[in-house]
Amino acid sequence: MRAIFWNSCARTTEKNNTKIETLFIINHNMKTSIKSALFLLAGVALTFYSCKPKGPQAAIIGDAASKVYVAPGKYDEFYNIVSGGFNGQMSIYGLPSGRLFRIIPVFSQFPENGYGFSEESKPMLNTSHGYVPWDDLHHIALSLTNGEHDGRWAFGNGNNTPRVARVSLKTFKTEEILELPNSGGNHSSPFITENSEYIVAGTRFSIPMGDDKDVPISTYKKNFKGTISFIKIDPTSGRMSIGFQLKTPGVDFDLSRAGKGPSHGWFFFSCYNTEQAYTLLEVNATQKDKDFIMAVNWKKAEEYIAQGKGSMVKAKYAHNVLNETTQMATSEMMTEVMQLDPTILKDIIYFIPCPKSPHGCDTDPTGEYIVASGKLAALIPVFSFTKIQKAIADKDFEGEFAGIPVIKYESALYGEVKKPGLGPLHTEFDNNGNAYTSFFVSSEIVKWNVKTLEVLDRVPTYYSIGHLSVPGGPTRKPHGKYVVAYNKITKDRYLPTGPELTQSAQLYDISGDKMQLLLDFPTTGEPHYAESIPASMITPNSVKFYKIEDNHHQYAARGEKETKVERKGKEVHVYMTAIRSHLTPDNIEGVKMGDVVYFHVTNLEQDWDVPHGFAIKGAANAEILVMPGETQTLKWIPDEVGVSPFYCTDFCSALHQEMQGYVRVSPANSNVPIKFSTGKIEPEAAGPGK
Amino acid sequence: MKTLRPITRISLGVSTLTLIATYYVPLWQILMWAPQYPEGLEMKIWINTLSGDVKIISALNHYIGMRIIEVSMFPEFGYMIYIVGFIIGAGLLACLWNRRIGLIVFFGLIMAAGVGALVDFWLWGYDYGHNLNPDAAIKIEGMSYQPPLIGTKVLLNFTAFSGPDIGGWIFMGVGVLLFGLMVLEWKTNSK
Repeated sequence: MRAIFWNSCARTTEKNNTKIETLFIINHNMKTSIKSALFLLAGVALTFYSCKPKGPQAAIIGDAASKVYVAPGKYDEFYNIVSGGFNGQMSIYGLPSGRLFRIIPVFSQFPENGYGFSEESKPMLNTSHGYVPWDDLHHIALSLTNGEHDGRWAFGNGNNTPRVARVSLKTFKTEEILELPNSGGNHSSPFITENSEYIVAGTRFSIPMGDDKDVPISTYKKNFKGTISFIKIDPTSGRMSIGFQLKTPGVDFDLSRAGKGPSHGWFFFSCYNTEQAYTLLEVNATQKDKDFIMAVNWKKAEEYIAQGKGSMVKAKYAHNVLNETTQMATSEMMTEVMQLDPTILKDIIYFIPCPKSPHGCDTDPTGEYIVASGKLAALIPVFSFTKIQKAIADKDFEGEFAGIPVIKYESALYGEVKKPGLGPLHTEFDNNGNAYTSFFVSSEIVKWNVKTLEVLDRVPTYYSIGHLSVPGGPTRKPHGKYVVAYNKITKDRYLPTGPELTQSAQLYDISGDKMQLLLDFPTTGEPHYAESIPASMITPNSVKFYKIEDNHHQYAARGEKETKVERKGKEVHVYMTAIRSHLTPDNIEGVKMGDVVYFHVTNLEQDWDVPHGFAIKGAANAEILVMPGETQTLKWIPDEVGVSPFYCTDFCSALHQEMQGYVRVSPANSNVPIKFSTGKIEPEAAGPGK
Repeated sequence: MKTLRPITRISLGVSTLTLIATYYVPLWQILMWAPQYPEGLEMKIWINTLSGDVKIISALNHYIGMRIIEVSMFPEFGYMIYIVGFIIGAGLLACLWNRRIGLIVFFGLIMAAGVGALVDFWLWGYDYGHNLNPDAAIKIEGMSYQPPLIGTKVLLNFTAFSGPDIGGWIFMGVGVLLFGLMVLEWKTNSK
């Protein structure tokens, strides 16, 4: 008698075949038959339970540690400039160590250094809706010259209240924020052209525009429109201004990339919801087999503007700039914007069908190939710029969508990467003609060759990667070497910290044929896109401190002799200085209830890494952190009669703890005169009020 | 008519009573792993209900158009308690009757119930894996998602495993034991 049991435990990720194995053969021995039967049962049970897939522990191979070890006192090779997502900031990490160096406040208040709390920085967060102290920063674009990094600026987008920001890579400070009118949320932004001519801003949500915006949501098809803004960058100052806006059909714009080399002058955007759904997009915006890649001929748009074919329309949006010399940010409300209508000026934009809700839309270093990732698609289409041009020249269109010509899919297609993985999102490139695509659903990075479209390698990510970044990956000359995965699920990778966990990134070595996981490192906020740039392009220009003689702040005290306290009606301005280890003045009297007090603190230090901080008891505000040579202002409204202490918050010196002072607050009707001093000893009970 | 050996009769009675335990333990289990779920997700099938990560599994499966798994989609949960009750009753009767034919009939009944359950489970799995919502967000040409009957199968990013749980093992154990008892009876009586 033979009993054959199935064991279909052929569990592996590679193959989906089920093996039938003979497990046990029961012998004829009567006495052992029951024992055998039980033994068999146990055997089958054990075999079943050994089916578990192998864990991620097996993933690290070779000498990963030495590849990411940056010895104490040594520098990292790359700056990794990472978006902070819903913390509204950018953060700076080193690669390959994954160490966090700094969080740069951009769209969100940052009590750590007073950004958005100090009088100097508050105007940076002004918008047409007033003061908006938070945003959702998704993408980074580093400035380019000839399609390569030039190390001047980092741009970031505000996804919620549509904005773009420019951060200086000399001071790592947010220098400028520009709001975008006629936008429902700025997602496909701030991608940049190869000579930093423009950064773009495409609306994620289409919205009603113009004079009548009070319309039923169900009139989406008729009334909702999108816009793509081309934001001009001044080549010397970096100042931003909206060059022009393209009015587009109502869809959702997702991501974009500029052309480069031969395709310079063009821009490519992915768009989804071509179903024009306005509710339950999860279902209603995923019905079509294909959405679109939108190709924009922005050189053509410039020509039309030059020919006066644009029209100025009324708009309201804030333009906020930090003035380096006065150290003050100012906010200006803009009132109009130049628009072009591509349904009339037909040769500006073209749609190219693209499978299933395209997300990433990335141009390779040669500028010839455009890789689009349908996040629900099971393949990756690669479009050819040459073929797109030919299709346009031959008018090889399959029809129109909302008045815009749609190029035939096959006419634009270079080829498809077959069975690459599940849920492709974004693609970056190395310097050897390879592409690296992130897959959210199958949680992996897949390396493939751009020319042959062959899959070369795949590595798991832990877990569910979103964006990925190769140093220089979006440029004409990628630096290669690493790819960083920015994951959406962290789960069990670190010590748990309650329901809210750290975010995570992972570093992979891509210098060999096989990608190799080197390092997990935690990140702040929720990282979306990031760029990396060689440290050698940034470090020499990094500002160590501000020269005090260049400080033209209205309320600066460029020496202790310039310190004073001035009353202007109900306002009291304290011109204060900070130097190791005292604040001048440190005794202030004559402040009354009902006054608004401004502490203008100038840091007189002229050495590297000697910031001073300032905080006062009961301030409904944050601290200010003042860099050497800088002036920052903290506003304080006293709310009780008495003496309020203030002190330096940054441990600056051996006598940091001595760096403190007092403000006396008297009743509104008192006659205590303004008085201030440092180091002056007075007889007890001198002056009014005792 | 041949009567049973006392040891067989006792074993038959005890093993039949063991089946009562299947009212209190899960019968079957489906385990799933994905890159994002290295710890795995599980669904346990009991005699009259489901337990485990059913909601999480349904939430994940809805992307590919699979229905929400809930107790009400299984009419079996309404009558499985009676079937098992009937089987237990039959076992006890066979024990009382004390005839070899009774043992054989009871073994046949257990086998029939087991095969029936597997066929029923396969039919449900086929329907669940093939009958997909046409509005699903992710539609992959030629893909269906029928869970494995027994064993392991890779479905997109998930590796699914299906197999007996404690209750199922009890049934199988009883089946194997009955088989052993029949062999024992056969050998003894043919000497």
